[in-house]
Amino acid sequence: MLAGVFGDAFRFMPNHFSLLLEKTGETAELAFVALGIALVLALPLGLWLGHRHRGLLLALSVSSAGRSLPSVVLIGLGIGILGVGFWNNTVALVVLAIAPILTNAYFAIDGVDRDVVEAARGMGLTETQILTRVELPLGLPLLLTGLNIAAVFVIATATIAGIFGGGGLGDIMARQVTYGLGGVFAAAIWVAGLALLTAAVLGVAQRAASRRMAPKT
Amino acid sequence: MRTEAAELVFDEATKVYPGRDGAAVDHLSLTVPAGEICVLVGPSGGGKTTALKLVNRLIPLTSGYIRIDGRQIGDYDVAELRRSIGYVIQQVGLFPHMTIEANIGTVPRLLGRPRSWVKTRSAELLELVGLDPSYAKRFPAQLSGGERQRVGLARALAANPPLMLMDEPFGAIDPIVRGRLQDEFLRLQSELRKTVVFVTHDIDEAIKVGDRIAILREGGKLAQYDTPQRILEHPVDDFVADFVGQDRGLKVLSLRKLGDLDLAPGGRHSGDGMPSLPADSSLRDALAVLVAEHRDSLLVVGADGSPLGVATRKDLIG
Amino acid sequence: MSGMRLAGGGPVIPNFGHPSACIKHNGWFCTDWISKHWGDTLQPALIQHIQLTLIAVGAGFGIAFVLALIGFRWRVFDAPLASFSDLLYAIPSLALFQLLVPLTGLTVTTVEIALTSYTLFILYRNIIAGLRAVPADVLESARGMGLTRLQTFFRVELPLAAPAILGGLRIATVATISIATVAAFLIQDGLGAPIFDAIGTPDLFKTELLVSGGMAILLALTADFLLAFVQRLLTPWSRLR
Ligand SMILES: Nc1ncnc2c1ncn2[C@@H]1O[C@H](COP(=O)(O)OP(=O)(O)OP(=O)(O)O)[C@@H](O)[C@H]1O
Ligand SMILES: [Mg+2]
Repeated sequence: MLAGVFGDAFRFMPNHFSLLLEKTGETAELAFVALGIALVLALPLGLWLGHRHRGLLLALSVSSAGRSLPSVVLIGLGIGILGVGFWNNTVALVVLAIAPILTNAYFAIDGVDRDVVEAARGMGLTETQILTRVELPLGLPLLLTGLNIAAVFVIATATIAGIFGGGGLGDIMARQVTYGLGGVFAAAIWVAGLALLTAAVLGVAQRAASRRMAPKT
Repeated sequence: MRTEAAELVFDEATKVYPGRDGAAVDHLSLTVPAGEICVLVGPSGGGKTTALKLVNRLIPLTSGYIRIDGRQIGDYDVAELRRSIGYVIQQVGLFPHMTIEANIGTVPRLLGRPRSWVKTRSAELLELVGLDPSYAKRFPAQLSGGERQRVGLARALAANPPLMLMDEPFGAIDPIVRGRLQDEFLRLQSELRKTVVFVTHDIDEAIKVGDRIAILREGGKLAQYDTPQRILEHPVDDFVADFVGQDRGLKVLSLRKLGDLDLAPGGRHSGDGMPSLPADSSLRDALAVLVAEHRDSLLVVGADGSPLGVATRKDLIG
Repeated sequence: MSGMRLAGGGPVIPNFGHPSACIKHNGWFCTDWISKHWGDTLQPALIQHIQLTLIAVGAGFGIAFVLALIGFRWRVFDAPLASFSDLLYAIPSLALFQLLVPLTGLTVTTVEIALTSYTLFILYRNIIAGLRAVPADVLESARGMGLTRLQTFFRVELPLAAPAILGGLRIATVATISIATVAAFLIQDGLGAPIFDAIGTPDLFKTELLVSGGMAILLALTADFLLAFVQRLLTPWSRLR
């Protein structure tokens, strides 16, 4: 059975290459638009709270709420409230992505060595300069870790959105009748590929940042 | 190993760290008689910590021998060896997840002592190091730095080891508390009479606590091993003279007590505001008082405050 | 259970003999539906969900612990093991479920394998980080006092890592409860089943979504709270630092 499915999947890929490409594009679009909106909304807030060392409780509850909220439920709520389409899923994904971005931004900045910040303040840097030139570079590795988790999370959920009419690779995975087991399997491989590629790119960035910012002596 | 005190012998002990050119400890030979405090001093990187850790085999010897009570350390089972040596370090290294009592009881428990014994013993030791027995149920995080250091000392003493290794035990503590801990350590030692190897890079501390001082120079070579008095009065070379400092003449004064002097009787002069000091003050402290108060003489008093006699500047500098 | 529910034939709403006004209007919280289906749908789904989670977290903890010990003891294995658990984590749950089907079929085993592999990422990282975080001076005095390697591990390193390990267990449990809802894509098991069912109903059956989704969230929050309590109970000293 295994060989059969694999065979089907790898025959499906060249035969339906443009379909897979199109569907991957849909999933990626949904995921990255949501990720972008979440970044715009959550990053400044997380950075600012971290800089002021305020809102620990908020950060902790957002992260715990974010983890306990099943993505299927959010997608369902999106459909229930906004109806089926691009935006219901986008809203659901944005909500999911906000938690890891906000909390990691907060802890990344909050955790920067207070002596270093104190020294910067003593040297006459303004608060904005402290944030952008000291705290942000030093907190970057942790910040990117949060972005990585959020991206992986959002791609996974964008796929799930696909099975409920959200388009993308999840659409193929939900239609075994149309595409056959080989098609479903091929789509699964492509989703995994998309997620791993994203994680790998962000992982490389994260490691580069930690090597630069926190070299192990 | 005996339980009261053991003789410790370094015999051409040498340590070369792998990948390093020179030795960290170079053919070190010295004998610490049972019941004495040997202080290792020297510049940073001089090999003091290395020499200490060779004894409890935290670092393996490259060549040479170390013997405790005539028996080579390599012949002991390593766990048995370490459990019979008290080990105190600057960072203390208390176990943060254990209460003070459990910390103190670690080695006795490993040696199979029952809980009740440990309880009694830790209360006894807390008292010995000057802490209230109610500290037993606290965690290390609830203690001050100085208190933690005392617990570290109590923990090292718990199994009544014949030998104590102490690596800058008071190094991270402010001067006033350090002075107090040194005094208490000496008081303890006068009761317990352990063999102690004590590392410091503070020459004043070495002079105060050491029965003998071993000065190591860079590269872990022994420069001089002698009593504090002889090191101050007869440094073997410029390195030692430099190390003990320009003021070694003054430091000699800190070794002698007012009570050791032949005092002129003069109790009747006490009324004119002459400064008075207890007989167990050092000559150095006495001189400091005279200089600070622009006086020529002071009154020496006994423990009960009764006048014993008068000491002049000339008596002090002698 | 799934058979029982589907035996009625298809989605839930048309299934009622005398649907209440609330159900007819697809309300958000129809109490009559809840009380009618607590026994045959919601409660069994909740119990299955707890089972799914416990097995996945238990197995994940066992595996992660062994792997973490290997990565801790022999540092060369750490990077590959960490990358491996990262990789498993990055694969979207739906895809991982699907990719396992040719191997283990549409079974609970498939779901458990996928859920277990998600816990590895969190647990491995936390266990290793906890063990590594033991201060050097504490380890030196343990060694200096004559504790053997094993005694040091069980009396010092493991207890000191306990807060981090329990913290990882907390996160992994909560995440598993959440991800386990996706399992219903493959098998009619757990709280995901009524959730999928509700979303799949024409017009989306709101009460079922809200109640079963709410139960999943409540389960996660309860587990989080309970584990936090256990963490406090077992490591009273950790709050002092
Ligand atoms: N683990 C090690 N590997 C290699 N070299 C070491 C190691 N530990 C110490 N050294 C080197 O051995 C020499 C002696 O070190 P040691 O720690 O014994 O000095 P010390 O006298 O205790 O210094 P300090 O007063 O600063 O504590 C130093 O040059 C040090 O760099
Ligand atoms: Mg040292």
